[in-house]
Amino acid sequence: MHAEGLTVALFATCINDVMFPGTPKAVVTVLERLGCTVEFPLEQTCCGQMFTNTGYFDAAVPDVRNYVKAFAGYDYIVGPSGSCVGAVRHQHPMLAAHAKDEGLAAEVDKVVARTYDFTEMLVDVLGVTDVGAYFPHRVTYHPTCHSVRVAKVGDKPYQLLSKVKGIDLVPLPDADQCCGFGGTFSVKNPDVSVAMGGDKARHVASTGAEYLVTGDNACLMHIGGLLHRQNAGIKTLHLAELLAHTESGI
Amino acid sequence: MSSEAVRRTPAPPTGTYIGMPKFAKNAKVQLADQQLRKNLRKATGTIRAKRVDRVAEVPEWEELRLAGEAIKNRTLRHLDTYLVQLEESLVRNGAKVHWARDAAEANAIVVELVKAKGVDEVVKVKSMATQEIDLNEALEEAGIAAWETDLAELIVQLGHDRPSHILVPAIHRNRSEVREIFLREMKLYGTPAPTDLTDEPVVLAAAARTHLREKFLRAKVAISGANFAIAETGTLVVVESEGNGRMCLTLPDTLISVVGIEKTLPTVADLEVFMRLLPRSSTGERMNPYTSMWNGVTPGDGPQEVHVVLIDNGRTKVLADPDGRAALRCIRCSACLNICPVYERVGGHAYGSVYPGPIGAVLTPQLRGTTSDIDKSLPFASTLCGACFEVCPVRIPIPDMLVHMRHKVADEKRHHVGVEQTAIAVAGWALSSSKHFELVQRVAMLAGRVLPGRTHLGPLPWPAAPWTNARDLPMPPTESFRAWWKRTRGESA
Repeated sequence: MHAEGLTVALFATCINDVMFPGTPKAVVTVLERLGCTVEFPLEQTCCGQMFTNTGYFDAAVPDVRNYVKAFAGYDYIVGPSGSCVGAVRHQHPMLAAHAKDEGLAAEVDKVVARTYDFTEMLVDVLGVTDVGAYFPHRVTYHPTCHSVRVAKVGDKPYQLLSKVKGIDLVPLPDADQCCGFGGTFSVKNPDVSVAMGGDKARHVASTGAEYLVTGDNACLMHIGGLLHRQNAGIKTLHLAELLAHTESGI
Repeated sequence: MSSEAVRRTPAPPTGTYIGMPKFAKNAKVQLADQQLRKNLRKATGTIRAKRVDRVAEVPEWEELRLAGEAIKNRTLRHLDTYLVQLEESLVRNGAKVHWARDAAEANAIVVELVKAKGVDEVVKVKSMATQEIDLNEALEEAGIAAWETDLAELIVQLGHDRPSHILVPAIHRNRSEVREIFLREMKLYGTPAPTDLTDEPVVLAAAARTHLREKFLRAKVAISGANFAIAETGTLVVVESEGNGRMCLTLPDTLISVVGIEKTLPTVADLEVFMRLLPRSSTGERMNPYTSMWNGVTPGDGPQEVHVVLIDNGRTKVLADPDGRAALRCIRCSACLNICPVYERVGGHAYGSVYPGPIGAVLTPQLRGTTSDIDKSLPFASTLCGACFEVCPVRIPIPDMLVHMRHKVADEKRHHVGVEQTAIAVAGWALSSSKHFELVQRVAMLAGRVLPGRTHLGPLPWPAAPWTNARDLPMPPTESFRAWWKRTRGESA
């Protein structure tokens, strides 16, 4: 197919690696289905965003070094998270400057330019919007803040969803408003976080969707945690996992 | 005898902003107020929608934002030069210029100026600078009544309240609350509200107009701020919607303007950009209803004694910080407040500052320092969703600046060994190398084996409580992605 012979390095992200392995597995499934060779550099750990955004820059610098070490040899580095990919692009140069390490800064610039969100890899690099997915369910999509405003994936997730066979994609009211997760905000300001998430969950429920889909599992863990507590009967699913579904299963 | 009895104006709530608890605690109190939630959702939603429509009409909006950013940056880079030029121009126009290093100096200057006129009351144009220095209370202590004439500021003052929004200070009040305040308070401080007062906006505005009219006609001294101060011409600019400002700026014989030094613009041509950016960003209007511009004293017309008090009050400290100085570009439009999902839920009072919302969260801890609980917590009062930067007419990178402020706060606490520092140290170690990370993963996967069949965890005790009080937590899987990859694909990449 389009991507015959293209080698892609998977940036699983730490939270997916530990908590949501189904998502990076789905990325492997979809990319291999499209003819890519997928590799998983084992040196990788985390983008460091949790440390950076909590103010602990020094704790984030080793993660930047790991990232550069793990992915230096690849032309295409793909992560299933607008937030983590956004952090690599937007924060790694700042952290290299903070570490006063010019060598690291130069390496970061190279690797950052080759880092893509999963949806960008599919739409921009591979030029594919129909990935052969089949998902006969009612779905609503929440465009996570960092995917839109930091990674700037634009309408690529919608382009991909619109080509899924059998899908009943319904718009989410107030979709562009934050769900309230915000990393450590969710525990430093739990009441505001839950108030925001409660409104998001209410909007999701109002669509009658069976599935809430996003490109970031951290936001899904927050909204999904509220929906699960409420016994709302709405499942949460990462976009990559939806795209991995075909008429013959996964 | 209580001090309340001798006051000239309604007493604000007791306690100080700096003495407030951290943001999360204040927010919890505000969140419980269902009326507030409803008022804020409606008000911010309306103003957000208006802004989007008005901005969409301007094809060159992004170029305007870039121009606004560039003009402000240039002004701030050469602020020393422009401030001297501003002073020269103001003096040439017949104004007297006073410099104030901090709030105490500014208040002392204004109190002396008012006392010298032998009056015991002043009328005020809505002004953030005078709120920042708490001028009304300094005047009150000197036996001088300061009457707010902006409708929303009047509601706040008569309500013994504090502003909760930069542009719409009474955004937390709805019209039935305003009616009650007018009925109860107006009669104590001047012309009473009519006894048949309804909560119709037109009727409420008419009551305010009548109440304020006698104060406008009686006042010998007015106090204003300024949205812009033009160095080249010595022109001060006040942008307002109601005409109360115009009354204050033209009727009394003496006008005292308290202006933050960052309000300086080099030339009148620079003003054009901001007169396009400000109304669409703040009120969602195409142009501003009342724009007053004055050059010092004009003999026989308007105030014959004009004073300008230029205040620093922490601004030069902000200017010295490369990671913080962009906050001085702020033109107080409030677009960041109106778009902010955190502000929409909790309102302005939780921020413990006259500057609430995203801009307050980056500006206040810089102006006041990060020694109090509230100031330390403000940089964390955001999900970093980024909506504020998108709407900012002068492109202040608020999310990035919040991250830098967080770093500053964390750095100040680095020798403290608390729960957070320990958690960060452990997580930092775990993620600093893939060997550590694998070890931690193997421990985490045990949880799934210890509690087989569970998909989620419900309410848990501390330290998991802040998450699990309202949200279930998914169980870790029994095999991490990394372990799966190694099992199915081997040890190599």
